[in-house]
Amino acid sequence: MSFLVQAAEREHQSKMDVGDLSVYYGRFAAVKDASLAIPANCVTALIGPSGCGKTTFIRALNRMHDFTPGARVEGRVILDGTNIYAPGVNPVLLRHKIGMVFQRPNPFPKSIFDNVAYGPRIHGAHDRASLEALVERSLRRAALWDEVKDRLDRSAMDLSGGQQQRLCIARVLAVQPEVILMDEPASALDPIATSRIEDLIASLKKEYTVVIVTHSMQQAARMSDFTAFFLLGELVESGTTAAIFTHPTDKRTEDYITGRFG
Amino acid sequence: MAARRLGAQTGSKIVDRLFVAVLFAAAIVFLAIIAGLAIELTRGSLLSLKTFGFRFLWTSEWNPITNIFGALPLIYGTIISSLIAIVLAGVFGIFAAIFLADFAPRALARPLSFIIELLAAVPSVVFGLWGLFVLAPAMRTVIDPALQKVFGFLPIFSGPSYGVGLLTAGVVLALMIVPTVTAFSRDVIATIPVDQREASMSLGATRWETMMKVVVPAARAGIFGAVILALGRALGETIATTMVIGNRPEIAVSLFAPSYTLASVIANEFTEATTDVYLSSLVELGLLLLIVSIIVNGAARMLMWSVFRGARSAR
Repeated sequence: MSFLVQAAEREHQSKMDVGDLSVYYGRFAAVKDASLAIPANCVTALIGPSGCGKTTFIRALNRMHDFTPGARVEGRVILDGTNIYAPGVNPVLLRHKIGMVFQRPNPFPKSIFDNVAYGPRIHGAHDRASLEALVERSLRRAALWDEVKDRLDRSAMDLSGGQQQRLCIARVLAVQPEVILMDEPASALDPIATSRIEDLIASLKKEYTVVIVTHSMQQAARMSDFTAFFLLGELVESGTTAAIFTHPTDKRTEDYITGRFG
Repeated sequence: MAARRLGAQTGSKIVDRLFVAVLFAAAIVFLAIIAGLAIELTRGSLLSLKTFGFRFLWTSEWNPITNIFGALPLIYGTIISSLIAIVLAGVFGIFAAIFLADFAPRALARPLSFIIELLAAVPSVVFGLWGLFVLAPAMRTVIDPALQKVFGFLPIFSGPSYGVGLLTAGVVLALMIVPTVTAFSRDVIATIPVDQREASMSLGATRWETMMKVVVPAARAGIFGAVILALGRALGETIATTMVIGNRPEIAVSLFAPSYTLASVIANEFTEATTDVYLSSLVELGLLLLIVSIIVNGAARMLMWSVFRGARSAR
């Protein structure tokens, strides 16, 4: 790793520190000994071909593997100095701090309002006026407010795919997390909807730490500050996006970003 | 070549039409069966309809000796015993379904599901026997007195217990329909996508919150359907009810009191109906049972429809 990259990384304080992370499904290791620092208020992209472990990796960051039968996680994921896999950690409270947006838009079959209000209500907010304010703020932040402000009581299922995904982002923002994980959030969307989501993500990093899985190298290059390249469950290389895309140090990274496979 | 292809297409068009005609005929058969049932039952009950008119519906005397027949106690017994059953089986069945679908370890869920489905295959006369020889004595000596001790201030838990009665019939019916509620609800809950659960969990919800606030609401139409299906079975169940309800055509406030149902009267008294008006009255009970079933199903559907409409616009 070049001196420049190290300097760039040092400028940003890490929000999360992943150390020697391995994730097993039964006896199969989907991620092996991955270590990665995730800088605060930056967009970190995880790239790699299908099946390389990037989705498995991001799901380990908010303990989503807790629900996968047969899945086992080893190693550390430090969030603000605390290992989230330490025995005393309550995963429910953890997910309050780390939100997640999924590959396919997955709004609840409820009204637009109830979708955004779901998280706050779970966490005990029931005051009508403050809920309304929070919902509006979240929808505005997710660049959806103008399109839905007159039909908050309509079903979220009536929205288009791109709107649904922005609604899912608004739903996450309403919980006021510190980190937002996104697992290929634009892969099910058309190019216009994709570009709106990308603009949105770029604007989110001012307040949030964003980790995004993407299969599109262009997307990673366009919007991320840091990039990690995965291959066959191994974290091959990580660094600033500029460095990864212009001077990859590993031959496999170079082969991938120049389109020789994947 | 081109001509032959066109010819083949015309041929397939005829096959298509024929197919639709067959399907239509199959659908019509159901309509014909319902209509035929209603017509035949009405024809058979003409004498009773002429003799008693609408009084048949709201008079309480059922007396084969004086040949005076009123069906109100039977309608009451049918509806109340089914309601008890559906409340018990609904609550228990839905909780069991939730457990089986999402919380039970797979090694436990499989055998449990199998046993529940096996329960559905037990003939109703066996439930009746069990109800009469096991449940009824237990109700008389343990359960009814305990209920009376705690809830005795409620009129529905007052008076002496004979073992057989409305409550016992309701419990037996509940046991008979709980497999239906459980199996169907479990299948419906299992169809709710993992996406939905993950979305909820990732927002910091517990498994319980996810189940009650996302999965069950999304599955409620199907769960409701399962309950209605079970209710239909409870309304029409004959032999098991007959064995444990006490067969007394009276309306009593207490759930401990013996009662009678439409189906039980028909089964019990059909062979002894010596006079024309007696026989005709029994046929009219059959007509009533058909109507009650249709009304209950219709009401349930209306309720479901209004719940959904409400939920859609509620905020």
